[in-house]
Amino acid sequence: MPPEGEQHAAPPPVQGMARRARPSAAWLRLRGILSNLASVPITLFGLAVVTFFIGRVVPIDPVLAIVGDRAPQDVVDRARLELGLDQPLYIQFWRYLGQIVHGDLGRSVMTSNPVTQDIARFLPATFELATLAIIIAVAIGVPLGVWAATQQGKLVDQAVRLFCLAGHSLPVFVLGLLSLLLFYATLGWAPGPGRQSIYFDGMVDVHTGILTIDSLIAGDWPAFWDALAHLAQPAGVLAFFSLAYIARMTRAFMLAELKSEYVTTARAKGLSSARIVWRHAFGNILVPLVTVLAMTYAGLLEGAVLTETIFSWPGLGQYLTVSLLNADMNAVLGATLVVGLIYVALNLLADMLYRLLDPRVK
Amino acid sequence: MLTRRSMLLATSAAAALPGALVAAPARAATPPGVIVFARQIDDIISLDPHEAFEYSASEMSANVYQKLVTTPNANPTEITGELAEKWEVSDDNKAFTFTLREGPKFASGQPVTAEDVAWSLHRVVAMNKSPAFIINQFGFTKDNVADRIKATGPRTVVLTTAEPTAPSFLLYCLSAAVGSIVEKAVVAPKATGDDWGNAWLKQNSAGSGPYALRQFRASESLMLDANPHSNVVAKTKRIVIRHMPDPSAQLLGVRQGDIDIARNLGADQIGQIQSDGRFTIQPSRKASLLYLSLNQKNANLAKPEVRQAIKWAIDYAAIQKNIVPTTYAVHQSFLPEGFPGALTDHPFSQKVDEAKALLAKAGLPNGFEVSFDFFSGAPISDIAQVVQANLALIGIRTRMLPGEMRAVITKTRSRQHDIALLRWGSDYFDPHSNAEAFSMNPDNGDEARNRTLAWRAGWDIPELTRRTAAAVKEVDSAKRAQTYLEIQKEHQQVSPFVIMLQEIEVAVSRPGVTGFDMGPMNDRNYYHNIVKA
Repeated sequence: MPPEGEQHAAPPPVQGMARRARPSAAWLRLRGILSNLASVPITLFGLAVVTFFIGRVVPIDPVLAIVGDRAPQDVVDRARLELGLDQPLYIQFWRYLGQIVHGDLGRSVMTSNPVTQDIARFLPATFELATLAIIIAVAIGVPLGVWAATQQGKLVDQAVRLFCLAGHSLPVFVLGLLSLLLFYATLGWAPGPGRQSIYFDGMVDVHTGILTIDSLIAGDWPAFWDALAHLAQPAGVLAFFSLAYIARMTRAFMLAELKSEYVTTARAKGLSSARIVWRHAFGNILVPLVTVLAMTYAGLLEGAVLTETIFSWPGLGQYLTVSLLNADMNAVLGATLVVGLIYVALNLLADMLYRLLDPRVK
Repeated sequence: MLTRRSMLLATSAAAALPGALVAAPARAATPPGVIVFARQIDDIISLDPHEAFEYSASEMSANVYQKLVTTPNANPTEITGELAEKWEVSDDNKAFTFTLREGPKFASGQPVTAEDVAWSLHRVVAMNKSPAFIINQFGFTKDNVADRIKATGPRTVVLTTAEPTAPSFLLYCLSAAVGSIVEKAVVAPKATGDDWGNAWLKQNSAGSGPYALRQFRASESLMLDANPHSNVVAKTKRIVIRHMPDPSAQLLGVRQGDIDIARNLGADQIGQIQSDGRFTIQPSRKASLLYLSLNQKNANLAKPEVRQAIKWAIDYAAIQKNIVPTTYAVHQSFLPEGFPGALTDHPFSQKVDEAKALLAKAGLPNGFEVSFDFFSGAPISDIAQVVQANLALIGIRTRMLPGEMRAVITKTRSRQHDIALLRWGSDYFDPHSNAEAFSMNPDNGDEARNRTLAWRAGWDIPELTRRTAAAVKEVDSAKRAQTYLEIQKEHQQVSPFVIMLQEIEVAVSRPGVTGFDMGPMNDRNYYHNIVKA
């Protein structure tokens, strides 16, 4: 992700615009949001088209997933008919679109549940994991990046660079296994894989599907701590991976700002260095940084299949991968559309946020 | 709006969170009265015993349901009654009369009746799901099943087959998971449309086995509770099976005591835990074979000498010893060891010179090039690499095509491969299951209905097909087993199948956990005697 491509900073006012009557700021903001919203259905339609047709050219017979390898031919034929696979592709696609519009994503072959129900079960697990991971990553990554930028070329900067390099280049499954080995098997500080201990399995009523929140709603503190403890390790691993990227981007943005003339001016005026860094320079990098964070968060929300596998975390990534390997197309399409929606929504959110953060838009 | 400073303050507080978490102590034992398995259970599509055909689901059926007859794991070729007390065969070998024993009860507390048995088998035939052919092959159809499978008294059921049938063949087939008896009074009211309650039974249970399904969450966990009414007593009240896709995580779990029995450890993990000495390592030969399919549509592979040469080129012993020392054994015939009539000779070993001479005799002294499809996961991909190296020694150059399991199967099902490395698990505990797959091909045409493994390899064998079909009709069990031995001896030499290894399933239990009874098929793995100290 090159930073240039992700900068959505509003263009500087053009000369010619000054002569025309300027539209009100509120109208500008509203128009921006509306045009963003209008692009949502188009994006999702494109996503549905691409996923659907890629799914149909995958060299796996979807009927295999349903009836298995052993079924006699008449069972295979009947399943093919039931799936509508005997119809031409465009008719299959048309039917599928009709279903989506009615909020029906079809039934998953692997779980035999409606796909919407599956996603409602797997997405909260991923959401919980991704959210804690991004919180940790921002809390550590952003200050680290700022610090490294202020100490450019010094030992701290080198150390941060090494730390980030490790986080970004160590495969996440290696990191996950090492972490399990250290914190779970050797030190015994953290619980093992899974979302909760066997003691609490099925003890907390499901409201949101997010175990930490559900146990808080139930007022069950032991269950809450258990869920949080199970969450800590996978979230920590994912956070390490993401914070490396966040810290590097923050450092790059900060360096550019710290070299600007207004910083020199501020220094000459005798402002304290903390005030220059946090108040002036950091304020100016917030716009591009928000975009980086939003996209990192979206990446985490689509599910981290390797982390989920190692930590037996029943999340969206595992669901999507297992479905894909079994040519369970309803599940793949449904989950892809949801991931697409998440991206679009976070992009929208980032857009709105920088409208708030960028004084020029006001 | 949040000020920037307060935002930073809040986020740095969050950073301190993980540090606080590690203070929570890890628990180092599973709760009393519960046995926890770690296993990959994402193969479960349905828990309806009349639809399920996958490994994990078959194992659930074995513990939740009972069949008319079964085979004890201590002596798997012997047939004993489970729900049936005794059975009689008519003189023409067509009518089989089963008398039910008194005692077996469903989880609802109701006794198992002849009506439940007949209704369950009707259900299998009428739904006609993937495993139904195991029952249907005796001539039952949706239209005739009401007459052919009948409850003639409260404890008597009569099955009438279309043709004279070897009693051992019918009984072995009835002992498969698809022969499970479900409670009619529970399942019938759950039917929607003409689904026979299938949608409901996919995620619920209605059986007379020692356990009943309490909860199933796909790709997450499965929980069984003891059925207090069953005539088979469950020594542990609850079984929890946790989906743990990663074998290394399973190993750590069983070491830490969070898992009682780990089911999917690979050879290297078993090696690690073996050196520890405290854990019980329980191997069990499975009815699952690893073999090469040589497509006869490839002109080179169709030459008998080439097929022989490939069988002499492979270093079976080295593959077994170096890659899969604990999880596979060398095996070279189509009936897995443990099956009635299995041939356990290993005539082939690596003899490069002989193999080269055979290739020269086939007119291919410089070898040839073929494509080689295999599943890209461990340990299959490692085995494929050794096979590649072995074949290179005699001049056969393989283009490696690693792929997903289902993609490889899809390819062989349409006969598009040259050489493919595949796994085959028997469908039911009778020699015919594998004999039909490996040595019958009634119609070698591209549009054939019966796409056996022999068909997929394009192997046209009218004579062998006839002999294999005759073997299944042999009424005398000893003679029947002898016929299979003879068929395997010939098959081993001439077939386009290089059968290499037989799978060994290994369960690793933590200290003090005993009583897990494992059999040659997944529907013979029983939980009810498991206890922990």
